[in-house]
Amino acid sequence: MHALVQYIESYLSSDKTPGTAGNWFWATVYVLLVFVGLSIAVIAMNWLERKILAHMQVRLGPMRVGPHGLLQPIADALKLLLKEDIIPDGADKVVFWIAPFIVVLAAFTVFVVVPFGPTHAITDMNIGILFMLGVSSLSVLGIVTAGWASNSHYPLIGALRSSAQMVSYEVAMGLAVVSAILMTSLNESSTGTLSMIGIVEAQKAQGEWFLFKFFPLGIIAFAIFAIAMVAETNRAPFDLPEAESELTAGFHTEYSGFRWSLFFLAEYSAMIAVSSIAVTLWLGGWLRPFPNLLHGTTWDLAFSFIPGIAFLLLGAMCFYNTARMPKHPLFKIQTIGLAGFGAVLALIGLVMFLPPVRERVGDIFWFSAKVAGFMYLYIWYRGTFPRYRFDQLMKVGWKVLLPTGLALLICTALWAMRSEVWTQVVVPVGMGFADFVRRLL
Amino acid sequence: MPDEIKSPPPPPPPENEKPTADKPATPGGVKSTPSGSVQSQTTTTPTETSTPPKPAAPATPAKPAAPAAAGHPAPPKPAGPVPTPWDSPLVAKYKREYGSGINPLTHLGQNYFEVDRSLIPEILQLLRDDEKFDYCVDLTAVHYPKRERQFDVVWVLYSFSRNERIRVKTQIADGESLPSSVPLWATCNWLEREVYDMFGIKFDGHPDLKRILLPDGWKGFPLRKDYGILQQDNEWVQINLGIESGQ
Amino acid sequence: MTDPRSLSPLDLDTPDKTFLDANELVINMGPQHPATHGVLRVILRLDGEKVLGLECVIGYLHRGVEKIAENRTYTMFNPYVDRMDYVAAVSNGLGYCEAVERLLSVEAPPRAQYIRVILTELNRIASHQLWLGTHALDIGAITPLFYTFRDREEILKIFEKYCGARLTTHAFRIGGLQYEAYDGFERDVKNFVSFVKPKIDEYEELLTTNRIWLERTKGVGVISGKDCIALGVTGPVLRASGVKWDIRKAQPYANYKNFDFEIPTGENGDTYDRYIVRMIEMRQSLRIIEQAVEGIPEGPIMAKVPKVMKPPVGEVYHSIEAPKGELGYFIVSDGSTQPYRVRVRPPSFVNLQALDLMCRDQLVADVIAVIGTLDIVLGEVDR
Repeated sequence: MHALVQYIESYLSSDKTPGTAGNWFWATVYVLLVFVGLSIAVIAMNWLERKILAHMQVRLGPMRVGPHGLLQPIADALKLLLKEDIIPDGADKVVFWIAPFIVVLAAFTVFVVVPFGPTHAITDMNIGILFMLGVSSLSVLGIVTAGWASNSHYPLIGALRSSAQMVSYEVAMGLAVVSAILMTSLNESSTGTLSMIGIVEAQKAQGEWFLFKFFPLGIIAFAIFAIAMVAETNRAPFDLPEAESELTAGFHTEYSGFRWSLFFLAEYSAMIAVSSIAVTLWLGGWLRPFPNLLHGTTWDLAFSFIPGIAFLLLGAMCFYNTARMPKHPLFKIQTIGLAGFGAVLALIGLVMFLPPVRERVGDIFWFSAKVAGFMYLYIWYRGTFPRYRFDQLMKVGWKVLLPTGLALLICTALWAMRSEVWTQVVVPVGMGFADFVRRLL
Repeated sequence: MPDEIKSPPPPPPPENEKPTADKPATPGGVKSTPSGSVQSQTTTTPTETSTPPKPAAPATPAKPAAPAAAGHPAPPKPAGPVPTPWDSPLVAKYKREYGSGINPLTHLGQNYFEVDRSLIPEILQLLRDDEKFDYCVDLTAVHYPKRERQFDVVWVLYSFSRNERIRVKTQIADGESLPSSVPLWATCNWLEREVYDMFGIKFDGHPDLKRILLPDGWKGFPLRKDYGILQQDNEWVQINLGIESGQ
Repeated sequence: MTDPRSLSPLDLDTPDKTFLDANELVINMGPQHPATHGVLRVILRLDGEKVLGLECVIGYLHRGVEKIAENRTYTMFNPYVDRMDYVAAVSNGLGYCEAVERLLSVEAPPRAQYIRVILTELNRIASHQLWLGTHALDIGAITPLFYTFRDREEILKIFEKYCGARLTTHAFRIGGLQYEAYDGFERDVKNFVSFVKPKIDEYEELLTTNRIWLERTKGVGVISGKDCIALGVTGPVLRASGVKWDIRKAQPYANYKNFDFEIPTGENGDTYDRYIVRMIEMRQSLRIIEQAVEGIPEGPIMAKVPKVMKPPVGEVYHSIEAPKGELGYFIVSDGSTQPYRVRVRPPSFVNLQALDLMCRDQLVADVIAVIGTLDIVLGEVDR
């Protein structure tokens, strides 16, 4: 027993992720935490998407279940769980049953390597980014099987579209990622890395986010990735596989109830996953803004208050809206609920001011804030853009993003070459070639 | 561009007479077009109102030769305007050629031909090719069960270059068929299908003559006068909907 | 573009070899489908995503309006026409009332004509707004739908204040109007005009220069003016193909000849041109409304029409420019109180016939765009 406690405590002094440190207990705890956190994030995202989209579209969105519809996602989840689970008669039952789990597994597994902080990751692999890309592209398998197993035309077309789309955009995505990885080799330790934590550390060491490195190459790479990741996750304006006006619901037309909600869960967690790749690679992961400009202990302290302040502000917003609630007896429960929610938020904010908490949540907060920015972008796209047609989608992928990505990779590689490579290899070879040409003439 | 095909407008006749007693010069919405400010329609003379002067309608009360009027179930009293002969260069030309086969009339400021069944393909072809009635607005039928030849089939034609609308009418008996106008106006495809659907008139040479609004197996032709308003194909309803009656 | 006359009907009797040679796929789109605007059923024959041909199956909403007409008096049938193109019920009513008026040789008094024009043009804007919202939704832009519905609401409010109904208004009567314009009608209409002008700019801001919108609509569903005429396609679709023809100008009805407005035309006859044409039409309608509301004369709103309407024996074809194209009524009277035959020439029905031609060799996604751009209302197609 004592040994167990010691085993558990031994990790607390470690500065590694539980996976790297080989501590199974903490790894399990982290896995659970990530799973629960992700589920909450998906639920919150569901509510936020509906609310934000609604306000973009001059309507209110969910307002009935709970104050400002806060309980709507829970009601929806309950509804989906209680719904009859229909399997079409002609479907391949086993494959139909497996497909959503493949998608969900792929979407969740990638979070094994997502670094929410220097130690806040389940594990740190030396092939982290490769692992993420590889596993996340497994989800296409689930989608194809879902479309095929439904034994219906619309899902089949949706699945075909989806597989073609994901495969094509992965290429451009990969090129953009490689260009970011090239930048990691400019460390003081002068080795590149594929580890997610290593990439962020590299940005810290080089003193700038890769977004701004080699201006404008970093931004271009980021832009390619940002476009490709929307296509990868089948979201507007690239939501052709589930284009509701064309294919009713695409590959999940025949799914209902719980299985459908798995697809939903997978879609949103995939969005979070690719956003966290983008954040890790280009936006400095968990690093707080302006680490160079505003450095020193005072600034560190000031920035460490921000999470608490943010939660307090959210709480204050709830209280403000409580005050604006109609003073009608029918709204009494809702008013109390909203006030309670605000109180919870404010309490969380206050807890975040405590020094031990403050030091630990800063990383997670900044990482989540950046990811949340991407989530907002997703919603914004959906409210703004019409849908691409399939051939145009392919055109964008193969004729625009791929050549740009290739050119970008070459430019980054040339730029990233170390000076001794220039003086010892490129210049002599060039001179020799010039000499050769001169002799020929 | 079809609206730019300018054909010589018919000779402008005097426009100062009143066709009917009620309203000055405009029995309905047809008015002389002051060709809108922006449109290049200076040549599109409204020929409907520019037909040669007719004496006021009540002056010639009976036009018994008109089969349409004769076919009506006992008109109570000729209170309003009745069809009067229609004169125009176009009419004169056709009248010369076909004689009694066609009967050009004008009624309420609208012109129409009553054409013998046998002349229909020829007349329609001529109207489209020579007279530039390039737009078949509508094709429909009317059922007169008491008549020997029960159906009036009506083509409503319009010419973009003349800005003129005419109707062509013919009478056919039940079971008789008409040549399809799809080769002339592609739009007649669905219109003929609808006439077939509703009246059971067949069109020879139609590419795909089948029911359009009613289900394929339906029996009966609803717009015939002997088809009751509450009537339906009970057999079809029972087989396909599994209910006793749709009412 | 192929000659529409040579279009063969879709051959559906050959067995579906989908799973054997995987070249052709027959897909049934509708009648329950989010983007077929009601109960249109389209049978698509696909090669991959390319459309080889399609066939429309219609009639799911057939109510036998023409048969009903034969069993109702002229006045009783008036509300029924609202149920055909329920998006533009006022236009339907105008066409029917004018046709019967013509049969009766009466004319609505000037004041009634002005109010008719105002309401009809308001309805044209409402119809185009609804078209824009749903069309954009089909192409994947969800936001314009809510913008257009928000603004269409203002039109419906005016209708509601005027006649008590919002959608199927039954606003006009044979011979004029039932209701005098309510107090503040002019003010409401003027307010609406100044309210909606910037809103139309707002829709255009979202779409007109949107790259994806351009790619989705330019060169999609092209139909030439010649094909339009051969297929009897009218309305904005015809005008977008370059034929400058609008019954309001060509054969003015009501009192449209008193107003100064322009007929927009397109050049390419593609979906984008049709979009632009309709956007301009909305602005032109506003222009007509502005002129009409300034010039409403005083006077009676109802012509002298007998209580029991017995139009003299005869027949009349009268057509108006409905928001979707030429809406014609062919009415045969046998001198009794009930029409002997009412034939409605529905623009949606005739325009829908062009779908096959416009979709050949396009992709599945374009079929949706073309159905949207044709602006069909199934209530009118099936009647």
